[in-house]
Amino acid sequence: MNVKAILLALLLPLTAHAQGFAGLGVAAGDFAQPQPGVAFDFPADHGAHPDYRIEWWYLTANLTGPDGTPYGLQWTLFRSALAPRDGTGWDTPQLWMGHAAVTTPDAHYVAERLARGGIGQAGVTAAPFDAWIDDWRMWGEDFDDLTMTASGADFAYDMDLTARGPLVLHGAEGYSVKSGEGQASYYYSQPFFDIAGTLTLPSGAVAVTGTAWLDREWSSQPLSDAQTGWDWFSLSFDTGDKLMGFRVREGAVEGFTYASWIEADGTITPFEDGAFTAEPLREVEVAGRQVPVDWRVRLPDRGVDVTVRAINPGAWMDVSVPYWEGPVTVEGTHDGRGYLEMTGYE
Amino acid sequence: MTRTVLSALVSHWRRNPLQLFTLLAGLALATALWSGVQAINAEARASYDAAAATLGEGRYDQLTRADGGAIAVADYVALRRAGWLVSPVVEGRIGDVRVVGIDPLTAPGGLGPVSLADGADMTAFLSGPGQVFGRADALAALGDVAANRVEAPEVAPGTVLTDIAVAQRLLGADGIDRLIVDPVQPMSRGPLDDIVPGLIRQVAQGGSDVGRLTDSFHLNLTAFGLLSFAVGIFIVNGAIGLAFEQRRATVRTMRALGVPLGRLIAAMVAELTVLALVAGAVGVGLGYLIAAALLPDVAATLRGLYGADVGGTLAIRPSWWLSGLAISVGGTAIAAAGALWRLARMPLLAAGQARAWAMAAGRGRLVQGAAAVALLLLAAALAAWGEGLVAGFGLLAALLIGAALALPLVLGVVLALGARASSGALSQWFWADTRQQLPGLSLALMALLLAMAANVGVSTMVSSFRLTFTGFLDQRLASELYVTTADADQARAFVDFATPRTRAILPLMSVDRAIAGLPAQVFAARDDATYRDNWQFLSSVPGVWDVLAAGDGALVNEQLSRRAGLALGDAVAVADGLTLPVVGVFGDYGNPIGQVIVTEPTFRAAYPDVTPLRFGLRVGPEEIETLRADLRAFGLSDAAVIDQAGIKAFSLSVFDRTFTVTTALNVLTLAVAGFAILMSLLTLAALRVPQLAPVWALGLTRAALGRLELARAVLLALLTAALALPLGLGLAWVLLAVVNVEAFGWKLPMFLFPWDYARLFLFAVLAAAIAALWPARRLSRTPPAALLKVFSNER
Repeated sequence: MNVKAILLALLLPLTAHAQGFAGLGVAAGDFAQPQPGVAFDFPADHGAHPDYRIEWWYLTANLTGPDGTPYGLQWTLFRSALAPRDGTGWDTPQLWMGHAAVTTPDAHYVAERLARGGIGQAGVTAAPFDAWIDDWRMWGEDFDDLTMTASGADFAYDMDLTARGPLVLHGAEGYSVKSGEGQASYYYSQPFFDIAGTLTLPSGAVAVTGTAWLDREWSSQPLSDAQTGWDWFSLSFDTGDKLMGFRVREGAVEGFTYASWIEADGTITPFEDGAFTAEPLREVEVAGRQVPVDWRVRLPDRGVDVTVRAINPGAWMDVSVPYWEGPVTVEGTHDGRGYLEMTGYE
Repeated sequence: MTRTVLSALVSHWRRNPLQLFTLLAGLALATALWSGVQAINAEARASYDAAAATLGEGRYDQLTRADGGAIAVADYVALRRAGWLVSPVVEGRIGDVRVVGIDPLTAPGGLGPVSLADGADMTAFLSGPGQVFGRADALAALGDVAANRVEAPEVAPGTVLTDIAVAQRLLGADGIDRLIVDPVQPMSRGPLDDIVPGLIRQVAQGGSDVGRLTDSFHLNLTAFGLLSFAVGIFIVNGAIGLAFEQRRATVRTMRALGVPLGRLIAAMVAELTVLALVAGAVGVGLGYLIAAALLPDVAATLRGLYGADVGGTLAIRPSWWLSGLAISVGGTAIAAAGALWRLARMPLLAAGQARAWAMAAGRGRLVQGAAAVALLLLAAALAAWGEGLVAGFGLLAALLIGAALALPLVLGVVLALGARASSGALSQWFWADTRQQLPGLSLALMALLLAMAANVGVSTMVSSFRLTFTGFLDQRLASELYVTTADADQARAFVDFATPRTRAILPLMSVDRAIAGLPAQVFAARDDATYRDNWQFLSSVPGVWDVLAAGDGALVNEQLSRRAGLALGDAVAVADGLTLPVVGVFGDYGNPIGQVIVTEPTFRAAYPDVTPLRFGLRVGPEEIETLRADLRAFGLSDAAVIDQAGIKAFSLSVFDRTFTVTTALNVLTLAVAGFAILMSLLTLAALRVPQLAPVWALGLTRAALGRLELARAVLLALLTAALALPLGLGLAWVLLAVVNVEAFGWKLPMFLFPWDYARLFLFAVLAAAIAALWPARRLSRTPPAALLKVFSNER
């Protein structure tokens, strides 16, 4: 999946309490709705879709320093529309939010940016690809070859990305169902990026290399109003296979699940509700709440039964709508690494 | 036995419910005054803070265009994209209302009431017609606008806050007036000048121009709070002291019946503590009501009562209760200590004779006189040699307490002189009887003195402040209209356009420059009658404008003059390689930094790169509207044209709010002082029957006695008020010339307002007369039997 929608809950604050996490369960109203059977149009679909309420460009990366230290990196741009139209000027109803983070085994650096569309402070163009908010930027001649920067008060990074495989379309050719009631989004990923660059941390600059996973998703009502949060896994195994799986919780109840099995050549197999399971093994207190940081993740159809552990359990994103997001290690029937995102833990 | 003692003590109150009432009411009023002033002070500070928060002034660094023009949106975006975390602000006026437009997405946290954390409805704020936040009066004054009004007591008075898109729509502006710099910036970002040249960064400071002025004003309000407290303490003291005197007979009887002194005193302390707590609680509540009644913001009051501790609103906090109760109990303790001390030392069977009491008070008079003289000498010494704010407040305290202690002595002397000058039995008796009553009334009269002096002082201070400020506005904003052009081309076109339509165009040019190591600005002044007519100097050489126009000198503001030690004739480096003598020092109230003014040709020669983009326009008052319309046609938005009258009206409305509060406090303190007089007269009335009975028996009618009683109160009030006037002026002088200089580095000129004083004088005498009316009436109705009984009970 990637219901990575930490949305601009601040933009929909009243509904945030009543309607699922971050207002994602709000009825779509005049906004366009994802329909099954619609083919993507690239490169245009790399750009923004202002007719839809929410959209994101979401990159996570597992990095390694010269001394073998594992690092995690996040670069995210969210778009949230107050009305289904675009325009120029201060009263454009398109709002943007950026989150950037760097995770080390014992520290977690976070920054957030907010902007409105219509004045050039933030936006996305499809070709050449350019996504930006303030001085944060991800851009390149095409989607396979990107440069990416971000900075906060105590960190910065500058990265180059090169795609080593094709785009993968989740669900039914990119139409990704999120609940038993049929809520859905358009959803594709580029999970095959090689990444290299420099992290600037308070202790100094670190040259790093690794792999990155970029998610693209847009919708107008991706969650049903009973769904309160999700646990999302993107795992890269040493075999070259990749697994993206999520479960959407309804209160304390384990809710809807989905998984994509991605082979090294980009072949994707979707698994519908129930095939994928994720079970918390250990909770720690993070930012005043109990958050599961070790998991047992299974996809029996592919013989997967692994333990997923957070590299830094304190990878809490202390932003407008707080959530947990950080790099993980994978051990069990398959070894590897990946990223974990957990939302809706109060 | 304790129970019996207590019941005997309480029985006194049962027999004298009026006295119990006066004691409780006196204590409660004193506490109320203290609490009310505290609350108003807190609210005033919150108001100013709201203003500062709304405007983002003081707390954050700001970027503005060096030429004073609007910042283009493209420049804002360029800064953001270069890593500068800045947030745009658009500002303007609609009628008298200041409209501030912010971008809540980028504004540093907690900017005004629309903070993201408060759960304000961002969707409504940012979409559709938008929302305008403000106090009810500001929203009402805004007139018809296409946006939803939301009442928000946290917003500064006369200001509305809205989204930048709505503000630009309402004001017809499309640029940004200033950028707020977020205190947290990312690790890497380019130098400001490389990204957008021509911006000035103003460093955050304790306050802006307005902030400095209000700080000064606030300090003076604090002084007023202290004075109110002093008045209150005098009243408490009087109430307790007199109540004790009255119970001497009861005490004598109980002691004669064998009650040990210690137990009696303990019982009285317990009794007084209960009374003080009850009165204190009533007083805090009353103070809250006073504050709420004086402050227009009823919503804030209600919120406070229901316990929601919202910033900038009137809230009853535990500390407030505690300080109110502490004042009540503390005041009672101070008053009772003396009374209990006397009680403990008094011969067992000493009667509560009035004359004996007066004589006893006379013995204390020497001590009191010595203390008064010492305090006044201390005040004089502090005025002459004191330095620092503490010395300023010390001077204030010494002056007031010394004067209050000296009052009975001075009145005694005046009354003795009156007695000497009088002839005839009745008038001699009148003077002598007045002197006789002086000790009993002196505490109430001290309260009247302090109340009146405080009122004179505060009225003078506030009115001087207002005059200075409006004078300052007249001086600094002498032109009728101020115009800001976007760039040099528009400026040239504008000058061509406006020249035939105005009497004079005054270009405004300045550069930042360190002078004597201090941050300062150098301004250009065109040789024009506008300056000659309107500017006033603290000191200047003869023909200062001619000297300036000839390029032979420079003007400096008071701040620079004081800080850099620049006096007339001293050299000041106005540009590299150009040093001019100081020929004039001008008052520049509120400006935190130094300022130097040179004549326009000198400035242009020294700084040829500076092009004027701002202009002052001189036109007749009847032509303003026509000119505004012409300028609109020329292509200048309303936001680029500022109306001097508008700014002035806006500033004055802020003052008028404060005046309302001050006037109400004036009336209140006088009423309290009047109440003290009433209490004293009522308690004295019973004691005085034995003295009046012989006069009555000698043929003076009861009605005549009542009239004399009234005349006596008026006479004492007249004398006290006459003494209070110079004291109040002294107080004002200390506030303006000593405390203000110590606190802010500039002196507020003192103006005199004879009509205000006359009115206050009248009020003070009126308060005393009203207070005396009831006791006088009671006296004139005293049953002859009561007067006759005096002779049958002859002690």
